[in-house]
Amino acid sequence: MPIIKVNNLSKSFGGVKAVSNINMTIDGGEIIGVIGPNGAGKTTFFNLLTGIYSPSSGEVVYNLDKEISSKSFKPYKMTGYGVARTFQNIRLFKNMSILDNVLLGYHNNMRYGLLSSLFRLPSFYKNESKAYEEVLKLLEIFNLLDKKDELASSLPYGEQRKVEIARALAAKPKLLLLDEPAAGMNPNETKELTALINWIKDEFKLTIILIEHDMSLVMGICSKVFVFDYGTLIASGTPNEVQNNEQVIKAYLGGE
Amino acid sequence: MKLFNKKNTLSMLAVLGVYAIAGLLINTGFIDSYIFLNIVLIGINIILAVSLNLITGFTGQFSLGHAAFMSIGAYAAGILTAKLDQPFWVGIAGAALFAAFAGIVIGIPTLRLKGDYLAIATLGFAEIVKIIGLNTEYIGGATGLNDIPRYTTWTWLYFCVAATVLLISNFIKSYKGRACIAIGEDEIAAEAMGVNTTYYKVLAFTLGAFFAGIAGALYANYFYFLKPDSFGFMKSIDILVIVVFGGMGSIKGSIIGAILLSVISLFLQGIPELRMVVYSLILFLIMVYRPQGIMGKSSLKFFRKRGVLYANHQGK
Repeated sequence: MPIIKVNNLSKSFGGVKAVSNINMTIDGGEIIGVIGPNGAGKTTFFNLLTGIYSPSSGEVVYNLDKEISSKSFKPYKMTGYGVARTFQNIRLFKNMSILDNVLLGYHNNMRYGLLSSLFRLPSFYKNESKAYEEVLKLLEIFNLLDKKDELASSLPYGEQRKVEIARALAAKPKLLLLDEPAAGMNPNETKELTALINWIKDEFKLTIILIEHDMSLVMGICSKVFVFDYGTLIASGTPNEVQNNEQVIKAYLGGE
Repeated sequence: MKLFNKKNTLSMLAVLGVYAIAGLLINTGFIDSYIFLNIVLIGINIILAVSLNLITGFTGQFSLGHAAFMSIGAYAAGILTAKLDQPFWVGIAGAALFAAFAGIVIGIPTLRLKGDYLAIATLGFAEIVKIIGLNTEYIGGATGLNDIPRYTTWTWLYFCVAATVLLISNFIKSYKGRACIAIGEDEIAAEAMGVNTTYYKVLAFTLGAFFAGIAGALYANYFYFLKPDSFGFMKSIDILVIVVFGGMGSIKGSIIGAILLSVISLFLQGIPELRMVVYSLILFLIMVYRPQGIMGKSSLKFFRKRGVLYANHQGK
């Protein structure tokens, strides 16, 4: 059963149609790639999936726990619906420690009220220590445990990307959206990341959608690829099918 | 996870020790009423600075109307204790609740504004409060509200300050506080992590106003007399100066800032002609050579240590 249905989704900014008439269905438990030249509308598409933009027409329907339409999307509600994301231009909380950054991902799983946080009632200790345990486990998975007290801005680029993924996972999502996870990584780091993404998909029982320019990563782990160009969906299918698609080649290399 | 450990038992003893020693000095007359007046002002400024730090330093919402919350609290306490003959604790509670309510009312429409726009909106709010005060006959209008009983003692002052510092520090180290800090850092990322930014901004604003109201009550019941002019734009700026001087996002900084600035201006009273010049010069030099404020750097460390929970995890 599909967990995401996108029906005639369009978004325009003034006269520019950033995304127009996208239709797709995505099944659970897969790694989906979204590729396309710069300015093809990939990030706009992500922003539509996460409620940062609301569609000009059409809709997105999630079927993760229950059916939710993009009409009720709000950015802060998405983690509650089971959708977490990372950003293309890393958006960590730079002056907070790695630990605090990932703890923030856990925000929606915290259950205690204002009085508990002011007076440190028992529920404060219960929730916080549970959160710490789970977050430390996540940091261990990402090999960041010994750096947990460093400021996010002090880490190298590749590790900041990892912190962002760890932070998104702390929200316990069912759907993880990664916006260019390998950007700025060297080939070794990319290889490591590829293995990691594959592993977290199984370990956390996730569906993952990723935007990526690194074709070795996309072709290596995606079971299905969607190709965007000028805001429209020009091709979809397995990595092999897409690689041999004439329109895709034209979009990337130009031509008649 | 123990409620009492070595560290917080020690700090509790220190807090009680300072209270007892200073109380003794005041009662024996070793600290005269002039110095005590300055201690009251320092205490009130600590409450104001720590509560504004929650709004501006941690949550990143630039507010120029903090004195207005103080004045709402001061007038509420003044009316409750002078006109309605209520005991002081009712005055303090009423002051805090009225100010917090004003925080909600003003917070909901203005907190969708950002940066300078929010600053102007809060400035406008402070002016409105002042003008309402000037034109309300019941609270004395421009002549002010008189004959407020002097209830503010060393005990009340000290425990109100201690409670403010403790509760706001606790809040900051809870997930709600982390959400507020995250909003100050990057609103879009905070929202993507499930933080309802509007709610947390209003919450920070309301909590800040709540404690500013307490400061107002202490002020009203120490100085007998209130007039709307004392809570104008300049008072808001004074509080902001303490916060920036001490370090945005550092509670220790706000406390040290409030004490230092009061002591500096106390010492400068010997040279009244040059007082404001020297005072401004000190501020200028601090901002040039230490733009992050006195405690700016160590505040980050302060977060990294994060008290009880962290210590327990380190032990593992």
